[in-house]
Amino acid sequence: MMQVNELQKISAEVRSDVIKMIGKAGSGHPGGSLSIVDILVTLYNKVMKVDPKNPNWEDRDRLVLSKGHGCPALYSILARKGFFDVEQLWSLRKLGSMLQGHPDMRKTPGIDVSVGSLGQGLSVAVGLALGAKLKNKKYRVFAIIGDGEMQEGQIWEALMSSIHYKLDNLTIILDYNKLQIDGPNEEVMSLGNIRERMQAFGFDVHEIDGHNHEEIYNALSAPVIAQKPRFIIAHTVKGKGVSFMENQVGWHGKAPNAQEIEKALADIGGTTI
Amino acid sequence: MTKIATREAYGEALAEIGADIKDIVVLDADLSGSTKTAVFAKKFPERFFNIGIAEQDLMGTAAGLATCGKIPFASTFAVFATGRAFEQIRNSICYPNLNVKIAATHAGLTVGEDGATHQSIEDLALMRALPNMTVISPADAVEAKKAVKAAALHEGPVYLRFGRMAVETIFDEDYEFKIGKGKILREGKDVAIVATGIMVGEALKAAHILEKDGLNAMVVNIHTIKPIDEEVILQAAECGAIVTAEEHTIIGGLGSAVAEVLAEKKPTPMRRIGVRDKFGQSGKPDELLKLYNLTAEDIASAAKEMKR
Repeated sequence: MMQVNELQKISAEVRSDVIKMIGKAGSGHPGGSLSIVDILVTLYNKVMKVDPKNPNWEDRDRLVLSKGHGCPALYSILARKGFFDVEQLWSLRKLGSMLQGHPDMRKTPGIDVSVGSLGQGLSVAVGLALGAKLKNKKYRVFAIIGDGEMQEGQIWEALMSSIHYKLDNLTIILDYNKLQIDGPNEEVMSLGNIRERMQAFGFDVHEIDGHNHEEIYNALSAPVIAQKPRFIIAHTVKGKGVSFMENQVGWHGKAPNAQEIEKALADIGGTTI
Repeated sequence: MTKIATREAYGEALAEIGADIKDIVVLDADLSGSTKTAVFAKKFPERFFNIGIAEQDLMGTAAGLATCGKIPFASTFAVFATGRAFEQIRNSICYPNLNVKIAATHAGLTVGEDGATHQSIEDLALMRALPNMTVISPADAVEAKKAVKAAALHEGPVYLRFGRMAVETIFDEDYEFKIGKGKILREGKDVAIVATGIMVGEALKAAHILEKDGLNAMVVNIHTIKPIDEEVILQAAECGAIVTAEEHTIIGGLGSAVAEVLAEKKPTPMRRIGVRDKFGQSGKPDELLKLYNLTAEDIASAAKEMKR
């Protein structure tokens, strides 16, 4: 059922896009874009019901990239799925581009929600999931949040809402790469035992390797437990796939230069995840 | 004369239009009894969501519901709606231009005894600064009801400002309300009083006081602070002197909006009645209005001072 090789190939292409896009833009967030590539590739190629020809299809599954700075990875996947022309990718962050520094639902086909200010996307995802229940729609809502983002109080408000309203159509995926701008989460503001905390909240908790497509798929497609929203702790590596970026805090928000791009692309080409 | 709070009218209007406009959903942050959304909640429980004491989540959830084609009304006190959740309104609602109505109650000093922490005197300034936002501040219960209906039919984010205190009803049921269109309530030629919210009633009383002093005052109701009705303001400026009146800080609200129009189009002497860069305090609403110089007498004195 799962063609892991195929997903690995797509993920490598997306990682190359991310490096080229951010390189051309001269700014952006490579570390947190590379860490969510395998999650997004699995979502868009194996799990989510979407129609690139009809991006506003009412019954589509929704994605809220609450950690909006990881958008280069999402843009690459949307382009490769046919939501817009791949050539657009090279206009990232440039004046007049449909690809803004953080996702804009009014400018980019396939972007379901405008996000970027940390902590806000998860509440919007809760609204989308409530909307589906109200309209008796079967679509699912997926929200990807960052680990540093969990320090925002609004995240905890939205976690409470999703449990209170029994939103079993909502799946929250934590990109747990353990690093944020100023350093490791544990040094900046520790997140405690996330698994225990989320279990105590009442989520259907899954803990996976966020770079293993099979594990990602299994966690995303496991049978829904009625009235329980899902929380997937995806252990990831910031900068995954580029040797000199992996686990390096310094690559949170810095563009690679020409030499670094070349080295990064060589790394990705040879990667065997 | 009957006295009804604009928040009461809001609650009634929501429950009324909720029957016809099925896409309306209402969200509150544990204040439904005070904001009067409880009236809607009782009638349409399946379309009401209590988000708990979590104003940021309140705005975000409303945004999400709007992307599904719903018309969410999100309610809490004005100070929490526009202060606590300012950035959620900015980034999750106004930036994507979503069809969310932020209906905030307990605006201004007339919250009374709860004191400064709960008296929102900056909300108009905050909401006015946001692109895509329409800002409405009704004067009485009749206008409040019509504003709620107009906001529901308007596509895009709207901020509605309601008060806690019961205020005199000024308008008849056949009063015509149009978003963005100010209204001359009283013709006059010597001075124009441009007011919003509960200060419209004070402005009308001020005109009577001025009449006794031989001054013929025009009274203009600006219910829509943004987009502001430049035409009616320029018409008021024909009087040669303008007094603005608002239950809000003089920084960034109605007075500022009127001054901006006049400075660019028709410089005219003006005075601003409002809270003068101070916080409020506990007290009875009428005591506070007096202490902070927000009465008909204060408006009349400002007008007379200009005509001296």
